[in-house]
Amino acid sequence: MGGSAFYDNFLTNTGCIGISYIPVIPGTKQAAGADTLYLGGVYMTLEMFLQHLSNGISLGSLYALIAIGYTMVYGILRLINFAHGDIFMMAVYFAFFGVVTFGMQWYVSFIVAIALTGVLGITVETLAYRPIREAPRISILISSIGASYLLENLAIVMFGGRPKTFPQIAMFTDMVQLGNVHIQLLTFMIPVVTVVLLIALMYLINKTKSGMAMRAVSKDIETARIMGIDVNRTISFTFGIGSLLAAVGGIMWGLKFPSILPLMGVMPGIKCFIAAVIGGIGSIQGAVVGGFILGIGEILLVAFLPELSGYRDAFAFILLIMILLFKPTGIMGEKISEKV
Amino acid sequence: MKKNTIFTLSAIVLLVIFLFIANTTLDSYILRILNLCAIYTVLGLSMNLINGFTGLFSLGHAGFMAVGAYTTALMTMSVSTKQMNFFLAPLISPLDQIVWPFLPSLILAGILSAIAAFLIGAPVLRLKGDYLAIATLGFSEIIRVIFTNTQSLTNGALGLKGIPTTTNLWWSFGIAVFTIFIMVSLINSSYGRAFKAIREDEIAAESMGISLFRHKVLSFAIGAFFAGVGGGLLGNLIGAVDPLMFRFFLTYNILLIIVLGGMGSITGTIISAFVITIAQEVLRFLDEPMFPNIPALPGLRMVVFSILLMVVVLFFRNGLMGTREFSWDKLFGRFSKKPLAKGGTK
Repeated sequence: MGGSAFYDNFLTNTGCIGISYIPVIPGTKQAAGADTLYLGGVYMTLEMFLQHLSNGISLGSLYALIAIGYTMVYGILRLINFAHGDIFMMAVYFAFFGVVTFGMQWYVSFIVAIALTGVLGITVETLAYRPIREAPRISILISSIGASYLLENLAIVMFGGRPKTFPQIAMFTDMVQLGNVHIQLLTFMIPVVTVVLLIALMYLINKTKSGMAMRAVSKDIETARIMGIDVNRTISFTFGIGSLLAAVGGIMWGLKFPSILPLMGVMPGIKCFIAAVIGGIGSIQGAVVGGFILGIGEILLVAFLPELSGYRDAFAFILLIMILLFKPTGIMGEKISEKV
Repeated sequence: MKKNTIFTLSAIVLLVIFLFIANTTLDSYILRILNLCAIYTVLGLSMNLINGFTGLFSLGHAGFMAVGAYTTALMTMSVSTKQMNFFLAPLISPLDQIVWPFLPSLILAGILSAIAAFLIGAPVLRLKGDYLAIATLGFSEIIRVIFTNTQSLTNGALGLKGIPTTTNLWWSFGIAVFTIFIMVSLINSSYGRAFKAIREDEIAAESMGISLFRHKVLSFAIGAFFAGVGGGLLGNLIGAVDPLMFRFFLTYNILLIIVLGGMGSITGTIISAFVITIAQEVLRFLDEPMFPNIPALPGLRMVVFSILLMVVVLFFRNGLMGTREFSWDKLFGRFSKKPLAKGGTK
């Protein structure tokens, strides 16, 4: 179904977009010049290292934004929302159609896309999860797989299976030069946007009434209901917030990796869930830490061990299995004891 | 008891007669669909053993199928076809000269899948519920990534072409019947009861003296064995395999079969494997242009199937059969007052 083009593109893009690529044969001391680092079998100038690092940080920020959605939903419903990656994909397409088909200004289109994605997230929750909230967890899990499958297939029917090119907006895609390092402006903007959104989210969760309701529901749904909290509304609100963050992440993803496809949400979706698990599922700070570990780790792995670049997608899974075996609660997760 | 055996044997004789007639009269398109029905029965049963009977929510089926399909393909391809396929990097040494018959290749495929399942299951099966789902999904993806990158073993992203199309009705239905026989015997044995006990309540099962680890790994490995065999049959039916065949979508399709049929019902899985496979072909018109002025919407068929999966999960959670099974006694309406002799949830 045309996924390979995306993955190929993904592999080449993430390695070098945002870098004015210096044609150096990695691994040779002559090519790297005098001022070199020797790490993992590859000679690399400090500039190259910084470029890779900045790419890693911006990819990590994107992962973090999407991972927050997983961790919030898991914290409340104990459910892997498999459809989250596809909600992210829908956001990219909404923004794409806003700019290309309806000819909106990019900022109008982005705001509309983010709002629509929030509505989509709430709709998915209402239709696919709410009716079977009391059902065994395995049914809810299958329902979320079904929702994800449905969104992917709907996207293939509505948007076509061929890759489209996300509009390039000069304000984001221009290059800046810092010393010898050429970096896309976007690479700086992504972490900044992520941090701003994170602060807003922490404020929302810790200081507002809705945030207090969310924390209460995630502790104990029944007790929260007795205390007069509208549980359904709080859960919808959580899905909405998670989807909004995924939408922001999706739009920045589209700007950074412009080839967009109906199946583009699958891999980032699973990787971000992994990021949430690494950080400790249920914890928002954990999701951010996990996202950064995964993003930076992936980029640096490919940078230092180019011969392993084909195995890049396996890296996240290997990390996941390691974490699950040695510290199943993740870096910042709470210990969950099993009730008999 | 004796009567039931006679009924079963006569049903198999009827199936053989049907296959014989089908083989001589039906065209290759319908034969292919029948083959797929039987193969999906094998795959559905193998996944139902893990997910439905043992309650381990595993999403790694596509990976096991990939192991099976590649093993069978590499063992059955002729030496010259192998040389044609591996033009980028030659096939590693002993494999490029070996050509095995179909049956031993299938058994080897099953065994290698089972070994892969054992290696994966030993560390991962202590996880529960959704963690297990994501870890097995991850492993199946790792297997696919490895197969994409091992050029001299699997021919990488190019895949294998020109695999002998040995799979016919006799192979596919023969193996399907064999799988059904093994599954029914297994489920009605003490192992089967242990699997069901683990599904219902792990802690209770463990305190009754059931070794969780042993039974989980056993169920996982047996399921993977049949998934490997099914993958081998599929590869040698289509005649070509490549890593992209074995993505999540394949696992989702099999999940749809067992959810529709009923998690924990052999009968349900068999019925829904046939229903889903035939429906996928019958509904092919959805992908074609339906009205003169409206362009075709390729992919509409899969939307229908994803909606079907949602509807089944939301409104008919037990699927067609729940955990009930077909039996001759029930068919003839002879309900005795005594409890069933064999136990289990009949």
